[in-house]
Amino acid sequence: MSESATGEPVNAGAVADSDAGIDPSMLLSLRGVTKHFGAVQALRRVDLDVPAGQVTALVGDNGAGKSTLIKAVAGIWEPSSGTMYWQGKKIDIHTPKEAALLGIATVYQDLALCDNLDIVANMYLGFESTKNHVLDEITMEKRTQQTLKDLSVTTVHSVRQLVASLSGGQRQSVAVARAVMRDAKLVIMDEPTAALGVSQTAQVLALIKTLASRGIGVLVISHNLNDVFEVADRVAVMYLGTLVSSGPVANYTMSSTVDLITTGVVSRAA
Amino acid sequence: MATSSEPIPETPVLELTKTTLTARLTSVIGSDVGIVPVLIALVVLIIYFELRSSVFLKPDNITNLFIQAIVYIFLGMAEVWLLLLGEIDLSLGWVAGMSGSIAAIYTNIEFGWPWWLAFLTALVVCTAIGGLWGVIVVKLNLPSFIVTLAGSFIVEGVLLYILDRVFEGGGAPSQSTVLNNLTVGNLTPTWTWIFTIAVIAISAAVMIFRERSRRAAGLEVPPFYRIVVKLVALTVVSVALAWLFNTNRGAFIKIEGMPFAVPLVFAVLGIYSFILARTKFGRYMYAIGGNREAARRAGIPVNRYRVYAFMLGGFTAGIAGLFYVSRLGGYSSSSTDPSLVLYAVAAAVIGGTSLYGGRGKMTYPVVGGIILAVINNGLVLIQITSTMVYVITGVVLLGAITVDSLARKSQTLLK
Repeated sequence: MSESATGEPVNAGAVADSDAGIDPSMLLSLRGVTKHFGAVQALRRVDLDVPAGQVTALVGDNGAGKSTLIKAVAGIWEPSSGTMYWQGKKIDIHTPKEAALLGIATVYQDLALCDNLDIVANMYLGFESTKNHVLDEITMEKRTQQTLKDLSVTTVHSVRQLVASLSGGQRQSVAVARAVMRDAKLVIMDEPTAALGVSQTAQVLALIKTLASRGIGVLVISHNLNDVFEVADRVAVMYLGTLVSSGPVANYTMSSTVDLITTGVVSRAA
Repeated sequence: MATSSEPIPETPVLELTKTTLTARLTSVIGSDVGIVPVLIALVVLIIYFELRSSVFLKPDNITNLFIQAIVYIFLGMAEVWLLLLGEIDLSLGWVAGMSGSIAAIYTNIEFGWPWWLAFLTALVVCTAIGGLWGVIVVKLNLPSFIVTLAGSFIVEGVLLYILDRVFEGGGAPSQSTVLNNLTVGNLTPTWTWIFTIAVIAISAAVMIFRERSRRAAGLEVPPFYRIVVKLVALTVVSVALAWLFNTNRGAFIKIEGMPFAVPLVFAVLGIYSFILARTKFGRYMYAIGGNREAARRAGIPVNRYRVYAFMLGGFTAGIAGLFYVSRLGGYSSSSTDPSLVLYAVAAAVIGGTSLYGGRGKMTYPVVGGIILAVINNGLVLIQITSTMVYVITGVVLLGAITVDSLARKSQTLLK
């Protein structure tokens, strides 16, 4: 993203979808991404840049198109038109598998964990290490421990605990650690703190910061502006399917963000 | 009855502050703690029947009881494959009957097939029937409960038709020595001891090897006394049983030794437990039962594994059928038992397999099957009418399901 765009919150909807404006240092760039569901236009010409090593918060009211947008990036469905660039190169993502191969990992709100399996088994689900067709539990357990340690997840007593016995924050941590262990470059999180209490929210926010400090790009959907302002480096606001504003968090205040979310424009002086 | 294959998930070493009974038990036994109440119930039942009837613990009755349990055990194992995924197969009783009939018919002098070919044919047919239900459930997205209920009528009808057509009068006597020996044959006393000692030695070797390799890798190991406790329990039970089996139980001629059926159960139990606990295949079975959507997103071909589960269920019910027909000495339209499938579900669930999917082990139907056999055998010995046997079996099953449901509720509350 060019410097001019970082000055004021810009109306990004007007940018043309050419390769010219693509900054190769950006992990992910969307240009003019549009998605229809029949007559319903869920996304209108969305332009978004997600840098590596930073936390980008995607905010907006219910139905603003946040989930539709991340599902397009995650390969759940293809955009109707528009272009996606991954590290400066044009890409097409047709399936979740393709997204995963690029290094895009999505942690959905339901976390997709198996309660009846332990942490190690969940971390490796679908990617188990084997030795002569027998599960290599020792390798998997050591790597799980290491990954959790690297992410400073210290509240988990044993990696052989069943996921059913974990708290909400710990479950979130396991889901994120799973993405990191598979060398994700971009981690997308859908409402990671929505169902959590105060201390567990703090745990997850700390984890998000750790991810960014390790050079991973993080795209977080959140309704909670307190969390956003605590953890985000950049903010992107959606309103009725349009990305109305994006830029460094310093350009936003709580009230200007609320205005953007509810009306799509800043009505008061920031 | 202990197993040589232990579960992977080890409960963490508990902090000293936790002094509840469960916590203390967990630290001794490990994650198998759920089976403890079931074993206690089994011991209570055995003591009760022995007090009421002096012949209950006699070698001939214990052997008889094991033979009774074999069919329940294999049917229970068959149902575990399905229950693990949150499915059920209500046709397994008739599928077992189909297997037994095929084996009896083709080994009969009229056809004269070698026993292995007849057995193989029976098992292939049963696997195919299971596979058919699986494909219907998966492709048409129907509940397995209804598909296999319909299936049980179909298999029943086809089976009775075959029995009527092949032999006038609707019966196929078992004329194969191998088929009869499945439940009648015994190991020699020497081989009984060799087998018993081999089971203990292999279990000890596996447990210690696993402990060593975890220790070598610098991973947390369960306290060593846990291994000792398990091995001592295994040794005591195995040696007691071997001694019982080796005592002469014949009235006129000498009958001694462990029934062939026992090592066969151990073999199947060992293979199935290994698959479930140590391979990707088993891991995916648990994952699908635990959270089907999560398994799908992890790239597991969920529907293919669901069909595999139905096939394995059919296959294992086929094994049960071979033992069933062996015990009855043949199969006829009058030896059909519509309640057989309920024993399959009961054996699995009484042992601790969850009806909601994702929780269960192959050792559970072994314990469950033995409990069912103890109830049936014991109630007959103390001369309770057979109608009451049904009622009591039903009450036990109801109790087991209630425990399962409560366990599930407390697990959900933990979150």
